[in-house]
Amino acid sequence: MKRSSAPAWTTVLVIVFFYIPTLTLIIQSFNSAKYGGGWQGFTLDWYRKLMHEREVWRAVQNSLWIAAYSTLGATTLGTLGAWMLNRYKSKLQSAHYTLMYAPLMVPEILMGISLLMFFVNLGIPLGLPTIILAHITFCVSYVCFTVMGRLQDFDDSLIHAAQDLGAQWPTIIWKILLPLLGPGILAGALLAFTLSIDDFVITFFTSGPGSTTLPVYIYSAIKKGSLATINALSVLMMLVTFTIVLVSNHFINHKKT
Amino acid sequence: MGDFFELQTITKTFGSYKAVNHSTITIKKGEVFSLLGPSGCGKTTLLRIAAGFEQPDEGRVILDGKDITALPPNDREINTVFQNYALFPHMTVWDNIAFGLKIAGRSRSYIKSEVERMLDMIDLEEHAYKKPAMISGGQKQRVAIARALVNKPQVLLLDEPLGALDLKLRQRMLLELDRIHDEVGISFLYVTHDQGEAMSLSDRIAVMNRGHIEQIGTPVEIYEAPKSSFVAAFIGDTNFLESGKVVKQFADGYCNLKLDGFPDVICYNDNNHAVGEPVVISVRPEKLRVSFDEPPDHQYHNKVRGKVEDIIYFGSETKYFVRVQDYRLSVFQQNIHFLLEERQIKWNDEVWISWHGNDSYMLQRYTPEDEHLLAVPDPQAK
Repeated sequence: MKRSSAPAWTTVLVIVFFYIPTLTLIIQSFNSAKYGGGWQGFTLDWYRKLMHEREVWRAVQNSLWIAAYSTLGATTLGTLGAWMLNRYKSKLQSAHYTLMYAPLMVPEILMGISLLMFFVNLGIPLGLPTIILAHITFCVSYVCFTVMGRLQDFDDSLIHAAQDLGAQWPTIIWKILLPLLGPGILAGALLAFTLSIDDFVITFFTSGPGSTTLPVYIYSAIKKGSLATINALSVLMMLVTFTIVLVSNHFINHKKT
Repeated sequence: MGDFFELQTITKTFGSYKAVNHSTITIKKGEVFSLLGPSGCGKTTLLRIAAGFEQPDEGRVILDGKDITALPPNDREINTVFQNYALFPHMTVWDNIAFGLKIAGRSRSYIKSEVERMLDMIDLEEHAYKKPAMISGGQKQRVAIARALVNKPQVLLLDEPLGALDLKLRQRMLLELDRIHDEVGISFLYVTHDQGEAMSLSDRIAVMNRGHIEQIGTPVEIYEAPKSSFVAAFIGDTNFLESGKVVKQFADGYCNLKLDGFPDVICYNDNNHAVGEPVVISVRPEKLRVSFDEPPDHQYHNKVRGKVEDIIYFGSETKYFVRVQDYRLSVFQQNIHFLLEERQIKWNDEVWISWHGNDSYMLQRYTPEDEHLLAVPDPQAK
């Protein structure tokens, strides 16, 4: 085999550009210096302080509710969409496919602004419901394509075999489709959850008074200047997101082997 | 035993494409019936109509006197063995076989005893708790058969069941299928493009071509008395002598024929072709005799002079290609005393070819659409 220094360089670059900033953030969250900068000793004060900030926990609660509802909505719609795109073949399907794919390409800021205009023009008051609708809108495509990957490996003759053995549709869905597609659907759901809980731009445009989510809160907190607690908060958030991504990856890769 | 499972005058079109055209087959109780034909001939569509996955545009499906045309697959007492097995990958062998019984709401003890009986029949007891991915192709095939048979269907449909297996395994599974059929005794409708499978397993065969049935008969009838030149060419190997014309009909059924580019021949006129009618004559290679010595004259024997152009030695038999005027005949000769023969036939030898007039068949000329299906490779053409 040819030896190459390319992999080594790739590793170095990934560390420099991705993990070092993250690492800095983690270290800073334990730094007793109030505005960051030089190391002034280890402390858990910022985490302690964070626990007492009522606004943070309101934001966390908002974020979790939004993520839960938009995951539910996006997973249901995305799975049905994937099923329809995969099952029926017609000339219209390529148009449907593009329509499903487009939200993945549209810049978030455009989507945020257009959703804002849409809600304002319809006279819908901004708040948790509008954020949930907005999140469902951009998560559906992700779920759809995750589930579709699973569906493409799915052998349609299994449905025929089940019918042939006497099964009706509810049994087929329960005993054949869900067990086989479940991991794909779950992976899609976890992806939607992570995307929703992390989202800033679209949330920023579609949120109203009292519906501050965690990323929006962090943004405003930084502007106000209380950087140290934010570091601690970011680390906690990262931990949660990371866990979810790991779990979802596990489900995506699980049945492929 | 009378007709038990019938597909009556079935027609099915997909868009402008007529997949099955006015086809009727009737299967007797306990019979192994094959649908044989090249890909795209409509045999799989017919099977899917029998299973209930497709609705025919015209025609009826009758099972044991009842019209089941409108019934969905899950309400038919028919089960299918799918081409790619279609085993449920997330279930064990045991659960796959038990699936139909569980849906039918059978008691736990009944399911247990029936699944075990099936596992015993297919000899896979020790693999009962493995997932399909853990067992071999042949084993999967047996599970698929057991999963269908455990429901005690009236008819078992098999869609190219051995297509995915290699040759040796295919031959073993054929014997296995035969044994299983003897054991359960229900009707099998077997779809295949492989004439060897169809010939060795079936009681009767329907040869299909371009959406219609060319001939239904026992393997012997299909091979020895093909009704069309398509059947003659599709089943086994044959020599076609084209552009024949009946010139004289004898009272005993034989007739004299005149051909372009070939000596005149005598042939038994099975299908009562009239004098002057153009026909094609089909002679199987194994019906021809090749020899150095001139065969004795006989009333119904044909004998022609030819020159050996090619010899292929197969061990148990030898294939000779002999040029007779415009034709290249292929001749199969069993090597009964090959080594003892005083003079072996060699390239460019002048030989006699002979055959009995009853061993050849007079047929209607095939259509141009069929010609590409029947093309016999001619090494001289290159």
